[in-house]
Amino acid sequence: MGSSRTDTSKVSVLGVRHHGPGSARAVVAALDEIEPDLVLIEGPPEADALTSLVGGLEPPVALLVHLADTPKAKGKDAERDAEAAEAARRRSTDGWAFWPFASFSPEWAALRHAHENGVPVRFCDLPASHTLAERLAAAETTDGEEEEQEETEPPRERIDPLGVLAAAAGYDDAERWWDDVVEQRGDGEPSPFPAIADAMAAVRAEAGPATGREARREAHMRQTLRAALRQGHERIAVVCGAWHAPALRDLADYKVKDDVALLKGLPKVKTAATWVPWTHGRLASAGGYGAGVTSPGWYHHLFTAPDRPVHRWLTEAARLLREEGQQVSSSHVIEGVRLAETLSVLRGRPLAGLDEVSEAVTAVLCEGEGTRAALVHGRMAIGERLGSVPPETPMVPLQRDLIAEQKRLRLKPEAFERDLDLDLRKESHRARSVLLHRLRLLGVEWGIPTPHGGGGRGTFRESWRLRWHPEMDVALIEAARWGTTVSSAAVARTVEIAEAAELPTLTKLTEQCLFADLGEALPEVLARLTDRAATDADITHLMSALPPLARSTRYGDVRGTDGGHLRSVAREILTRVRIGLVGAVRGLDDDAAGRFVQAIDETNGAATLLGDDLTEWLDTLADLAVRENVPGRIAGRVNRILTDAGRVDAEELRRRLGLVMSPGVEPTRAVAWLEGFLQGSGLILVHDDRLLGLIDTWLLGLSEERFVAILPLLRRTFGAFGGGERQEIGTAVTRLDTGGGTRVRERRPVDERRAAPAVAAVLGLLERSGA
Amino acid sequence: MTTIEASPAGTESAARAGTALRPHAEQTYAAELKALAEVDDRTRPPGWKLSPWAVTRYLLGATLDDGTEITPKYIGSRRVVEVAVATLATDRALLLIGVPGTAKTWLSEHLAAAIAGDSTLLVQGTAGTSEEAVRYGWNYARLLAEGPSEAALVPSPVMTAMARGSIGRIEELTRMPSDVQDGLITVLSEKALPVAELGIEVQAQRGFNIIATANDRDRGVNDLSSALRRRFNTVVLPVPDSAEDEVRIVTQRVEQLGRSLELPEVPTSLTEIQRVVTVFRELRSGVTEDNGTKLKSPSGTLSTAEAISVITNGIALAAHFGDGILRPADVAAGIQGAVVQDRVADGVVWREYLETVAREREGWTDFYRACREVGA
Repeated sequence: MGSSRTDTSKVSVLGVRHHGPGSARAVVAALDEIEPDLVLIEGPPEADALTSLVGGLEPPVALLVHLADTPKAKGKDAERDAEAAEAARRRSTDGWAFWPFASFSPEWAALRHAHENGVPVRFCDLPASHTLAERLAAAETTDGEEEEQEETEPPRERIDPLGVLAAAAGYDDAERWWDDVVEQRGDGEPSPFPAIADAMAAVRAEAGPATGREARREAHMRQTLRAALRQGHERIAVVCGAWHAPALRDLADYKVKDDVALLKGLPKVKTAATWVPWTHGRLASAGGYGAGVTSPGWYHHLFTAPDRPVHRWLTEAARLLREEGQQVSSSHVIEGVRLAETLSVLRGRPLAGLDEVSEAVTAVLCEGEGTRAALVHGRMAIGERLGSVPPETPMVPLQRDLIAEQKRLRLKPEAFERDLDLDLRKESHRARSVLLHRLRLLGVEWGIPTPHGGGGRGTFRESWRLRWHPEMDVALIEAARWGTTVSSAAVARTVEIAEAAELPTLTKLTEQCLFADLGEALPEVLARLTDRAATDADITHLMSALPPLARSTRYGDVRGTDGGHLRSVAREILTRVRIGLVGAVRGLDDDAAGRFVQAIDETNGAATLLGDDLTEWLDTLADLAVRENVPGRIAGRVNRILTDAGRVDAEELRRRLGLVMSPGVEPTRAVAWLEGFLQGSGLILVHDDRLLGLIDTWLLGLSEERFVAILPLLRRTFGAFGGGERQEIGTAVTRLDTGGGTRVRERRPVDERRAAPAVAAVLGLLERSGA
Repeated sequence: MTTIEASPAGTESAARAGTALRPHAEQTYAAELKALAEVDDRTRPPGWKLSPWAVTRYLLGATLDDGTEITPKYIGSRRVVEVAVATLATDRALLLIGVPGTAKTWLSEHLAAAIAGDSTLLVQGTAGTSEEAVRYGWNYARLLAEGPSEAALVPSPVMTAMARGSIGRIEELTRMPSDVQDGLITVLSEKALPVAELGIEVQAQRGFNIIATANDRDRGVNDLSSALRRRFNTVVLPVPDSAEDEVRIVTQRVEQLGRSLELPEVPTSLTEIQRVVTVFRELRSGVTEDNGTKLKSPSGTLSTAEAISVITNGIALAAHFGDGILRPADVAAGIQGAVVQDRVADGVVWREYLETVAREREGWTDFYRACREVGA
């Protein structure tokens, strides 16, 4: 391999820290000097074709590499279905990778520099097709169990080289050391890269040779570099993580044969690459790149501020605080700058860093108010922003459609949380709501419905909380297999969900179809619904399916969709419920009866809402009410519903209550009946003294033993009422005791002396309100 | 123009330091300050006895190259100390805020001792502090006999600090009436104190600065006017982060106090100190250290300073009445006194703590019994 030994002089290796503003400045300066004819950057080679787009991108952006083909598995047998679903799950969790770039990333600086000077750019890292294939294979064989081990591998290879160097320089914090030595450099200082590579070489010598994935990555980088040399490039600049710098600089020390062997027979999958917008918030939490930064806002500031970063930062903080309504004068800022600078001198740092300025914000600008300082600091240190990509970026059709929709509806994706209130009576608002609902069906939770705020209750209002996460682009790409537009994809997705769904899911889906205005999917879903309703033996399923359907019928009216079909399905289900009801209530224990009572209540509400078959429904209940063997709670509840609906008159009700309260009936059944009857409201007792009298007599007639036995149940019944209600019932009972409802209760004589102060106070109040 | 020369801490007062009940910081740590000054080759701000770097070393502790051990004076966040020192180096006034017992006074005394070599120029803020205490007063006998003259002027500690280029300390700034507080505005902004009666002014010499402390709990008593507040950099002193730090603080202070009070040597048992610190921390935070049980918090602050006094008290008891070893019984009374400030409400809190936490904890049986006895 003697031939390759000669040409290392043509290569300049720039070892950087990912997302380091000082590195970025130094890279730009170095590139200006080298004037390379080729730039190699650590990144997936799949993205080579995308470098022409750099001019139109606005950072933060990320390179997204994802699995290219997403075949729609249409297996008939269940096993293959399950397999396909499992594969789909794996692709959505492991089938993609991001390489984020911020404005202050050295890689980005190199990309921009090359773009502006018309220099070709190539990415030299191990292709993502291998990385993803490995990851998928690992997920498949171990399926999560040993995934942790996979996770722990990368940290091991980075034995924190910076930590070692920082400790050697007497720093306890590696980040801070790097910041001081490299990131906070001004312009015009000599290139730091030879020194960085030397330092890393020293650390690597101690750590031993690279192994595993890292060795393969470096082998690939070297192979790319060799290929470039063979093509006759004269001045090649390589921008890579500082850790890799020695492995590329000392190209001649590695044998081509070994590198080829390392890269032989790697698994491979088909991938596609594109640019997606990214956010500072995502940069802050390390995501896939292994090199997150804690304060992208500060780095962005360091990189973009032309001079005096500390002055500008504190001025900005003062402006923010003023917006928050705090008085911050220019003299605060002056003193803040002085404190930050003195602190940096005291700590022996070349320039005030984020620590110093945040302390200055706390001690001077916020006058010691820690919470306010933390607020300002948090906002500025992250400096939330969302990048953008030009329209010609490769996108799946679904993404393009969404962008068109967003433009049409003037709904901009933002990295902040924003509340959106919609009035569905307005055409444009309804269209937005429809879009958000459709996206939710596709698994893109851009908007999350929130409960109505304030007084605006009504079916025509909707509240959303919007926030765009970069991962949603992945979700969109995933969803691309269902269709090319948001609307068609949502329809296809809904139909697919409906195929395997249970009854309650189906009814919910029906509702969602209406929200999302998916008229095309509705017949399919309803057909499934009728099928399921016919075969589902569990009547509680049917009962729980009914309320959303009934609501849907109403929404259908509000949203102008045709509710006819919906209504007929709902009626059909109601009929099935009616038929099955009597058989279903037999032999339920107390808990089950309690749940059933709730189901009956909800069904009753739904039947009332539907209106059509209410009479038949009430007939069924009337039949149920007089049957034996029905659990007491249910019987009581049904009687109450009938009374409220006017189907049982007062006289009949008293007769029925009397029957239940007669000595022959077990007291526990009687009290359960009572509980069902009084559930929700006991005011009926206040208004009907004779009912109350019946209960009163019954209670008084019980033997002590039995009374004690039913006491807990009794307590449960009456304890559920509000204080006012209980008091009213109590008053009614005293009224009974003093003999007959008609006689006016005797009043206790008023002690005028004791009442005098209260009277005076009331008079005072009245006078005041009168005046 | 004239200057007021008050007699600096002279040799005779230094001689008395040996017998003083509580020597000043600059007296107690004279050796450390001297050693630091000798090795300190960094730039000193005008009027400073040490460089800011050396001051932080004095406060946080270090071992010098010549082997001199500098004991840590403030155990806790390094940032707090650095911000405080940097503030004084930018000739801004420093305001230390914190709940009672977070070493505000302690830190201010040591800062003054290290920077100016003199921590005695002190004004104690109370509701009755008058303007004379921060500006100047008159020797009325002389005033009547000779008329207004410099000889009849009685300078306040603040005025003396200005004249000497030293550090003036103001304790409990928020306890002073507002109009007295505002007397400081001219001092801090103009760095001069006019004496209208004599037509002269005292100009602050380089090195002059003010360290004020204020109590968190007194917020709203006499809040600083924004004009005054603006002239301070504010540093909030936190309660110790970890139980370990707090145990260290207590152990160290207890030793020093015991030495200066010349209590008979009692082997300070770390278990007892840990126990007191644990009780204080748990009650303060309202949850046990293992995060398992919720507790009620008493009305008192339960500061580290109180923990120190509980232990010192316990040592005195053990030395004079006990068997010379710090036992649970010796701290029981003190700890109850510190926790139960309000007889009714805090009594419940304390009894609950004893029954639910102390009783079940391993190795706490003696402590539990001792506390029960005291309570009975």
